[in-house]
Amino acid sequence: MTSCDAIVIGAGHNGLTAATLLAEAGRKVLALEASDFVGGGARTAEFAPGYRSSGLAHIVNRLDPDVARLLRLPAEVASGELLPTVVLSEGREPAVLRGAYGSAGIEGVTEAEARAFQSLKAKLLFQASILKRFLKRRPPEIGKMSGTDIKDFGLAGMSLISRGKEEARDFLRMVLMNVADVAEEYLADERLKALLAFDATLGVHLGPRSPTSLLGLYYRLTGEAGGLAGGQFIPKGGMGALGAAFADSAKRAGVTIRTNASVRRLLTANGKIAGIELLNGETIAGDLVVAAIHPKSVFLDLADPADIDTVFKKQIRNVRSEGNVAKLDLALSALPRFTGVSERDHRGRIVIARSARHVDEAFNPAKYGEFSPDPVMEITLPSLADPSLAPAGGAVLSALIQYAPYRLKMGWETGKPLFEQAVMAVLERHAPGIGALVVGKDLQTPRDIEARYNMPGGHWHHGELQVDQLLVNRPTDLASGYSTPIGGLYLASAGAHPGGGLSGLPGLLAARHILSGDRR
Amino acid sequence: MTMNASVLKALQTHIDQPIAETPFEPRFDALSRYPDWYVWAGYKAAHSLGDVEAEYTALRNAAGVFDVTPMNKYRITGADAERFLNYLTVRDVRKLAVDRVHYTCWCNDFGHVIDDGTLFRLGADDFRLCCQDKQYDWLTDAAFGFEVAIEEETHHVAGLALQGPTSCRILKNMGFIGVEQLKPFQIARYSLGEGTVTVSRTGFTGDLGYELWVENGLALPLWDQLFEAGALHGIRAVGYQALNQCRIEAAFIVPNADFMTASHVLRPDRARLPDEIGLDWLVDPDKPNFNGKRAILSAQAKGTAKHVLVGLEIEGNVPAEGAIIYHRQKREAGIVTAGIWSPTAKRNIALASLDRPFGTTVTEDLWAEIYALCEGRYHKLMKRVKIVPRPFLKLDRRTTTPPADF
Ligand SMILES: Cc1cc2nc3c(=O)[nH]c(=O)nc-3n(C[C@H](O)[C@H](O)[C@H](O)COP(=O)(O)OP(=O)(O)OC[C@H]3O[C@@H](n4cnc5c(N)ncnc54)[C@H](O)[C@@H]3O)c2cc1C
Repeated sequence: MTSCDAIVIGAGHNGLTAATLLAEAGRKVLALEASDFVGGGARTAEFAPGYRSSGLAHIVNRLDPDVARLLRLPAEVASGELLPTVVLSEGREPAVLRGAYGSAGIEGVTEAEARAFQSLKAKLLFQASILKRFLKRRPPEIGKMSGTDIKDFGLAGMSLISRGKEEARDFLRMVLMNVADVAEEYLADERLKALLAFDATLGVHLGPRSPTSLLGLYYRLTGEAGGLAGGQFIPKGGMGALGAAFADSAKRAGVTIRTNASVRRLLTANGKIAGIELLNGETIAGDLVVAAIHPKSVFLDLADPADIDTVFKKQIRNVRSEGNVAKLDLALSALPRFTGVSERDHRGRIVIARSARHVDEAFNPAKYGEFSPDPVMEITLPSLADPSLAPAGGAVLSALIQYAPYRLKMGWETGKPLFEQAVMAVLERHAPGIGALVVGKDLQTPRDIEARYNMPGGHWHHGELQVDQLLVNRPTDLASGYSTPIGGLYLASAGAHPGGGLSGLPGLLAARHILSGDRR
Repeated sequence: MTMNASVLKALQTHIDQPIAETPFEPRFDALSRYPDWYVWAGYKAAHSLGDVEAEYTALRNAAGVFDVTPMNKYRITGADAERFLNYLTVRDVRKLAVDRVHYTCWCNDFGHVIDDGTLFRLGADDFRLCCQDKQYDWLTDAAFGFEVAIEEETHHVAGLALQGPTSCRILKNMGFIGVEQLKPFQIARYSLGEGTVTVSRTGFTGDLGYELWVENGLALPLWDQLFEAGALHGIRAVGYQALNQCRIEAAFIVPNADFMTASHVLRPDRARLPDEIGLDWLVDPDKPNFNGKRAILSAQAKGTAKHVLVGLEIEGNVPAEGAIIYHRQKREAGIVTAGIWSPTAKRNIALASLDRPFGTTVTEDLWAEIYALCEGRYHKLMKRVKIVPRPFLKLDRRTTTPPADF
């Protein structure tokens, strides 16, 4: 049996972040990855002969600057040209938000509407900044609040009132509202309302009219790119280049990465972690294990059911984690043309949602295990930034489609071709002739994502990012703050605080917590 | 979906009969002189059949028969049954041999006791757990990940406790050959008509005694043969009051009387660690992880247990049930959870829950404040109490094998 100071399970970007920081602190670190690639959701993969696309994530909008700095990620993958967001609406020119979420102007809407959007955005950014304080630190332990915790609450309170009574009151009024009501209150243009509704709900099981759905938008706006909140880019070389850059940092720090090394069991002794066992039966000893994979996998698949107590086991079983987003990759013989979109703006993020109501109506059937015949989606054309992804003259389209319920009533076997038809019909409406260009395609339902990425539920955040599964309750109150009931075992994936998306924050905060000396 | 009134009514027969009856109910009913019923876990059960003194006397001097059918009974089987129960409970189930029983308790993640009970090992992979509270939900939650089947047996397995010095003789009279060789906590099976009686040398009286388990259909034949076999040996049906006196003498605790179970408490400080209710001796720190192990061991290491269960002897003869215990007659130190004048020990005894350090390092100058209601007026008594070893009554016949014959 071999051994090492720290074993990291899962070489997604969070696992690699934690591994790098532990190695830089002098630990001998081994990162184990089940699949034959590193980077987890940050990946570029061939999906049709000669065509490659972003595997799962297709745009970067919340990579944490501290993570980029600490891992010394190359500037060309950690930043990039800010991409516009283009909101399509049939029979109308699109609304285009330039810079970071419109920071460089909004086209296609009236001047008054653009102003209204900017003032709402300023308000939302202020409100998000109050929550952001809590996203970049370990959640407090209930009943064991430290001086720093109290100070941080105090500072949050102070910044809240620093803008005057009215802003403070608005924060308390809005924080648990639904995004549709907020959008309706401040905006008139359906496309802008649709964008907020879409961005607030992408990746979670909420519709824009569901209470608390505004939180998703705050979360989105806590992300930044190029120092600007709400910014987005595609790294040079695609998402795979980002995943590879995380792996390079780890290797540089001395981390050993093993792919095709699926962990099947956690080994314990006297209630503490003692090592892991791989699928091939090999065992590796270690008294520090960082599980940068879905918390449900950790405790329901890898842990011996006798090693965790019953209340905790039930909490983990009850973590809601059924994915709602499908990914479609199209191999196209030529570049598609979206009606009304300038050639240059095809490089941006294209959102198909004509109103908040449209997003809500796409959600409704998902509550009952069905999909809408008219789904909403966001689209990128990765081959425009990186022509090597498609053969000469060809193009690649990547679409993230809401809502594709994990538990489809008719079953995905039957449902998949029907869902694909629905998606293609929407695309055809906005990019006439696109169907005829398709030479290859790959539709991943949440079930496919679950299998391909070893991600239970195929969930964006490794567990719903909703108010009951946040902060001190992420993934559950008995395992928040990265420590778990099993001594020496820590969590570090999107399923831990603060949540998913390519940020590296769970990995960073978990590593900091471990290095701060917690060795329960 | 709409439902008409008659369909609805047909589905709700439980409303017409809100209290279940055990298969022995007709016999108890027939023997009751002035029935004093209460509800035990949804079943009609006897407080007494009209003469508590005679029932107590039967339990200690002849044989008393108490209906334990309302106890919740769970059958746990499967390849992982031993491993599962070892995880569920605080004692080492690997040490429990087939055809043996042990007393145990189980806790939640925080080390708080959920219930206590007896675990019967009926086969290598076949167990029965008997306990006070409903545990099906907890058991199934705990069983996630284990290869076990959990079956609720409460309503189709009937049980009688036959307790007292002549109990072995009575079973021999029934033709249960070799029953005198049964050691405490041992199990044997005998045929009765078409079926089987499972006999365990267990009970709740701290005396010689057995528990008899049958499928419901065999309940009345068992009763009738038992009473026939015991006719010349003082057999008598007893209710809970007499049994309760015996169990206090034996210093056995009752969940939700001597302590509140974790699933019943609303106030977080009311739940109890095993160490706080005298069950620390059950906890096996050397076995693999079990529910609450980390919390219990950490509380032991940090010395954070807040309460302690003690046996008290109280000056005078007024039962102290419910009395508040004071230190130096001033500072509140705990509460009496059960107290009687013990007819056999001839002492005024009680079980009490004290707030540490009272009962651990501070054991002197303790007092019980007893409110005795006499002819329409409370007499407030302040009585000196002494912490004494438990049990209050130790009977050799509880463990002697074979028991003395009669
Ligand atoms: C459809 C979809 C689209 C998304 N799009 C975006 C986007 O555009 N932008 C964005 O920022 N975010 C996006 N996300 C979210 C983002 O992909 C995730 O939040 C992110 O990948 C989480 O990173 P992670 O390192 O925590 O886990 P993962 O990326 O899931 O990595 C975990 C790794 O652990 C490995 N693993 C699992 N089990 C084991 C085991 N037993 N042994 C060994 N290894 C194991 C897995 O193979 C995987 O490589 C999207 C998510 C989905 C589902």
